[in-house]
Amino acid sequence: MSPLDGFSLSRWWSLVLKEFLQLRRDRLTFAMIVGIPIVQLALFGYAINTDPKHMPTAIIGADHSEMTRTMIATMKTSGYFDIVGELPDEEAGRAALARGEVQFVLNIPAGFTRRVLRGERPALLVEADATDPMATGMALASVNQLARSVATKDLTGPLAFLAGGQAPFEVRVHRLYNPEGITRYNIVPGLMGVILTMTMVLMTGLAITRERERGTMENLLAMPAKPIEVMTGKIVPYIAIGLIQSTIIILAARFAFRVPFAGSAVTLYLAVLLFVAANLTVGITMSSLAQSQLQAMQMTMFYFLPNILLSGFMFPFQGMPAWARFIGNLLPLTYFNRLTRGIFLKGNGWWDLWPDIWPLMVFTVVVMAIAVTFYRRTLD
Amino acid sequence: MSDEYAIDVRGLNKHFGDKHVVKDVGLQVRRGEIFGFLGPNGSGKTTTIRMLCGLLKPDAGSGTCLGYDIRRDSARIKRHVGYMTQKFSYWDDLTIRENLDFVARMYGMPDRLEAVDRTLKGLGLMERANQMTGALSGGWKQRLALAACKLHDPELLLLDEPTAGVDPGARRDFWEELHRLSAAGISVLVSTHYMDEAERCHKLAYIAYGSLLAQGTSQEVIAAQGLITWAIYGGNLAGLSETLQKLPGVEQTVLFGAMLHVSGRDGDLLERTLRATAAGAAFRMEKVDTNLEDVFIYKMKQSADQNGIGT
Ligand SMILES: Nc1ncnc2c1ncn2[C@@H]1O[C@H](COP(=O)(O)OP(=O)(O)OP(=O)(O)O)[C@@H](O)[C@H]1O
Ligand SMILES: [Mg+2]
Repeated sequence: MSPLDGFSLSRWWSLVLKEFLQLRRDRLTFAMIVGIPIVQLALFGYAINTDPKHMPTAIIGADHSEMTRTMIATMKTSGYFDIVGELPDEEAGRAALARGEVQFVLNIPAGFTRRVLRGERPALLVEADATDPMATGMALASVNQLARSVATKDLTGPLAFLAGGQAPFEVRVHRLYNPEGITRYNIVPGLMGVILTMTMVLMTGLAITRERERGTMENLLAMPAKPIEVMTGKIVPYIAIGLIQSTIIILAARFAFRVPFAGSAVTLYLAVLLFVAANLTVGITMSSLAQSQLQAMQMTMFYFLPNILLSGFMFPFQGMPAWARFIGNLLPLTYFNRLTRGIFLKGNGWWDLWPDIWPLMVFTVVVMAIAVTFYRRTLD
Repeated sequence: MSDEYAIDVRGLNKHFGDKHVVKDVGLQVRRGEIFGFLGPNGSGKTTTIRMLCGLLKPDAGSGTCLGYDIRRDSARIKRHVGYMTQKFSYWDDLTIRENLDFVARMYGMPDRLEAVDRTLKGLGLMERANQMTGALSGGWKQRLALAACKLHDPELLLLDEPTAGVDPGARRDFWEELHRLSAAGISVLVSTHYMDEAERCHKLAYIAYGSLLAQGTSQEVIAAQGLITWAIYGGNLAGLSETLQKLPGVEQTVLFGAMLHVSGRDGDLLERTLRATAAGAAFRMEKVDTNLEDVFIYKMKQSADQNGIGT
């Protein structure tokens, strides 16, 4: 017997129609069908850049001459480097790199030009925050080429002899934090935030909508429990789950992936707690808005997508266009990625981490306020 | 603070969007009374009950529940009220014992384990205590829910269709239990669609389209309508019912299986019409007491006409 025996076209068509009818009424699903491809196209098409340019670069300039100016100008025109300022000394340069304020520091030593003219082949030092090898790779590959072109441009006339053969100065590159440029070192700490975002938002969202969907919320609200007790009682288990997840990731990073751990575990756990809090507030807000578990799930996906693409997890943050960075700056994962990478690879302490801590605090407080306003104390 | 009334509310109103779902409802339930709450589907019973126990904020109206203000003291009301939701609202993925234990904890009962054991024994579920609640049949879920909402010895029970889907034996047990509780001074507000249950209540309220149409003992409610009713047996009752509906004096016909109830307010006119139409060998007829069902169907039709809704 063929499976088509007794197949009724009209019955089949009614099934198709019913599906369309239901789909049309389910606005959120409909929005996702249309919205997700658009969002993904926009993000992958425009924001994502595998040849990231315009990386913030600071200069420690102890020598000002025509030649250093040309060098700086050439770096600018290459498109890879955006000169964002001058720093007084190497220490300030390291601090700026640690905080992630700049991606590169160009260090021009005192007497550089004079030594070039004497034919001593001095070195320019480029220090790079190589946490994310993808962010620095292309730029660093280009600097030696840039140096040679400076030489041919500037060293003319009586100095032309310096332009021939070897470059008259060398560019020494220091890849800090991840000297071998191992991608894993960058990805694994980043994964921590990605996993926490996914599970924390989804699980709190589901936990609360589940009660509503099954009708048990009515029972819970009819009992003497206060709303704050219900809310926090539901959240605490997920904080514990977040800590367990983090521990698993930290252990895996350390022992399975051999990611160096330069910072303090206490600092890392405190950062995790803050980030978990930020995500739980998002989950609570979503659960107040979602009518069903399915909707909570869809909202989570919607929230997850920009988080994973625009937070600097997948693609170098500084290499994204301004609008993408603007969105990224609104997402807690952006800051948490910097925190974990900073703690794992750079060994950052509180002072260095502060620029990424306060935005998380602000985010948590603001979203918590939203959650409280949307929270339904009653069944209305 | 009134000691006489367990529930004393006036002018309750509730809107959902632009839908006016409860309109000026007032209820007076004395302590120790079993108060039946009746009305067709969607008439606002559940919504009214939810306002009584603080789950919904009334848009207008005020009153007390166990002497506590329903607007300000909902926390205290919750502590002394047992509310059984219409839809089963315990946790399917907890065992029966875990559910009861959770309830006992929420109310901070000092002798928690004892209370749980007592309830399990009373239900006859001791052997199944560690089964998942979701595995219970519909009727057993109802019984569990009822037992759970009494667990914390509430002074007032708000029961929203507690016997829907429960077999007749269990329903009889349930009503005997309610009368025992009532004798012990516990007040009960119970919504139901069963007329036999309505007749077991001390007092009744009937709500349709959000408005309270009648309140009082069943005799009072019936008497207030002033309906005269005849019962007709034998022959083609469905056909007769259709014929009668168009005739003078007949305001309502209700078919109860092998018996047709014909009601009207003008007794003489009704009797003349019936004698002219249905007299004969095929039909036997007698004057009977108007029952609650006649009255409620009559009221519902009346209010449907007033609300401009065709029946
Ligand atoms: N949360 C809500 N949002 C919007 N409308 C609602 C909501 N809850 C109830 N309603 C509407 O209010 C009206 C009254 O509903 P309610 O549940 O109180 O009726 P009921 O008398 O309990 O009916 P039933 O006998 O079917 O249980 C209905 O028209 C219903 O559609
Ligand atoms: Mg109801």
